[in-house]
Amino acid sequence: MKALLLALFSVAAFAGEALSGAVEKQPLNMSAIIMFLIFVGATLGITYWAAKRTKTAKDFYTAGGGITGFQNGMAIAGDYMSAASFLGISALVYGKGYDGLIYSIGFLVGWPIILFMVAEQLRNLGKYTFADVASYRLQQTPIRTLAAFGSIVTVILYLIAQMVGAGKLIQLLFGLDYEIAVILVGVLMILYVTFGGMLATTWVQIIKAFLLLSGATFMAIAVMAHYNFNFETLFATAVQIKETASIMAPGKLVSDPISAISLGIALMFGTAGLPHILMRFFTVSDAKEARKSVFYATGFIGYFYILTFIIGFGAIVMVFQNPQYLDLAKQAVDGGYPILGGDNMAAIHLSHAVGGDFFLGFISAVAFATILAVVSGLTLAGASAISHDLYASVIRKGKADGMMEMKVSKVATVVLGIIAIYLGIAFEEQNIAFMVGLAFAIAASANFPILFLSMYWSKLTTRGALLGGSLGLLTAAVLVVLGPTVWVDVLKNAEAIFPYKYPALFSVSAAFIGIWFFSITDKSENSKKEIEAFEAQNIRSQTGIGAEGAVEH
Amino acid sequence: MKQEMVDRIKNDPDFIHLVKTRSKFAWTLTIVMLVIYFGFVLTIAFDPSILGTPLSAGSVTTVGIPVGVGVILSAFILTGIYTRRANGEFDELTAKIKSKAKGE
Repeated sequence: MKALLLALFSVAAFAGEALSGAVEKQPLNMSAIIMFLIFVGATLGITYWAAKRTKTAKDFYTAGGGITGFQNGMAIAGDYMSAASFLGISALVYGKGYDGLIYSIGFLVGWPIILFMVAEQLRNLGKYTFADVASYRLQQTPIRTLAAFGSIVTVILYLIAQMVGAGKLIQLLFGLDYEIAVILVGVLMILYVTFGGMLATTWVQIIKAFLLLSGATFMAIAVMAHYNFNFETLFATAVQIKETASIMAPGKLVSDPISAISLGIALMFGTAGLPHILMRFFTVSDAKEARKSVFYATGFIGYFYILTFIIGFGAIVMVFQNPQYLDLAKQAVDGGYPILGGDNMAAIHLSHAVGGDFFLGFISAVAFATILAVVSGLTLAGASAISHDLYASVIRKGKADGMMEMKVSKVATVVLGIIAIYLGIAFEEQNIAFMVGLAFAIAASANFPILFLSMYWSKLTTRGALLGGSLGLLTAAVLVVLGPTVWVDVLKNAEAIFPYKYPALFSVSAAFIGIWFFSITDKSENSKKEIEAFEAQNIRSQTGIGAEGAVEH
Repeated sequence: MKQEMVDRIKNDPDFIHLVKTRSKFAWTLTIVMLVIYFGFVLTIAFDPSILGTPLSAGSVTTVGIPVGVGVILSAFILTGIYTRRANGEFDELTAKIKSKAKGE
């Protein structure tokens, strides 16, 4: 029972994004492997096609800026709907019912804020990375360095979580060794990004989003068809099987107001500070398409979360207590009704229950494809921060040749890929549930405040952005380490020094206050110029005059 | 951008109007979204039993289900409202400002 509680607890801690805990290797799953090979073949074909069209740095970073709003919306959804969110959120619904819905809603509400506050401004001001916008009128070297650092840290934390999740998932789904799975993911990701750049990455995301949404739709419809599309019957059956009505009401996920607000801030501002998400806004031609991107993305992601809720309940009625999926060995020790491979496998078992071996293979292949797409987007964002922000802007002071910059980016991709493989293997047995939480906290506390204030606050100066942003970053990192997810769960101390799991309320406040204070007290000559430059920046930000356009192919 | 152009655009009544209306619209929608979301989670934090009330006597479905799905739909609808107005009215105004900036 204790193990079960512990497992549920780790699910609640951002496990919607990070699969963790021990898993057992399953027998080789041939239909899944064949379907996955078809996906890999098709995406490598796309990479070959994209490689021929990726000639300049602009092609590499932004697919030439010619992606449509609908395509980009789909690709954003593809970036955001990770395998772990599919399996993790449906597992949370499967285990705790309504809490899963509360959790997923938090991941959605950042999108409208991104649309209203940053999407079009970002498109109008930036070129390849969000640091372009943050450093628009500030000193390049310090701001680019900080923004690149924030991006790389976010990307690496997120990558580790994805890689470890990938290794475990593939072990479960395909029966491959953990190391082989991690290396396979790393190598394919390097191939997509180095050869196909943003164009290949975008199409991998689009195809994956389509497959995932189709598969999840089929599962939800199959579940509902059993109950004549009557939700009341589905819920009533689930309550009967679980022998508790608690799954229909909020549980322990959000218990105190401080945590509720802090989690909300982390998810909202964190989403608006994720470098791989922000980068997607440079792939469309103008502000109009940027807005459409968010509209479609919000629709797809919201629809997906409704599906995962139905899938979670479907798993309760069709998988829970079903002898076919029961882990008898575990049941003998712990009692209850543990399923094979743990709660994270609920959606996978459901796919077998509604569609047999063939559909199980399909969903497994989709889950693998999903991981590939997400890590590709992350790696491209990390590589861009290294080549565009650090190499071209900081080291070469903006005088780098485009071809050379692209080469650096490709080398950076390979290096990041190798680091991701190495850390993925190194962290196999570690508790990594905190990593996505930390990534969101840093994105919310360092990347977002600088980006937001650079767009809206004329009095922002380099000193303010640098000191305040660093303060936000450090506060987020320190509070996560001192909080329950690291201090207790990882470092095994009895009690956390900082009591809250989500530090965003404190670290985001620290960043905003820090930036404000160090900006208004900045009386340097330079700061006067930076404040004066706001006017011209604001005109471009508001109207798009002078913004980067699309290139014709 | 040349200073002369900056001065011309910033004094353009259409530009002033655009910035004012759009900011007001964007902030209003942002606040609506924040109120909906934080209203939802704070209700849960302070009194989870409200959302756990059955929809009607004897039903298993709770108030929380339509409310939760409603929050998801509201996010989608709000983005739709913004995109529609911005891609129509605001973009027309922007085009006007741009052509004036280029033409004169």
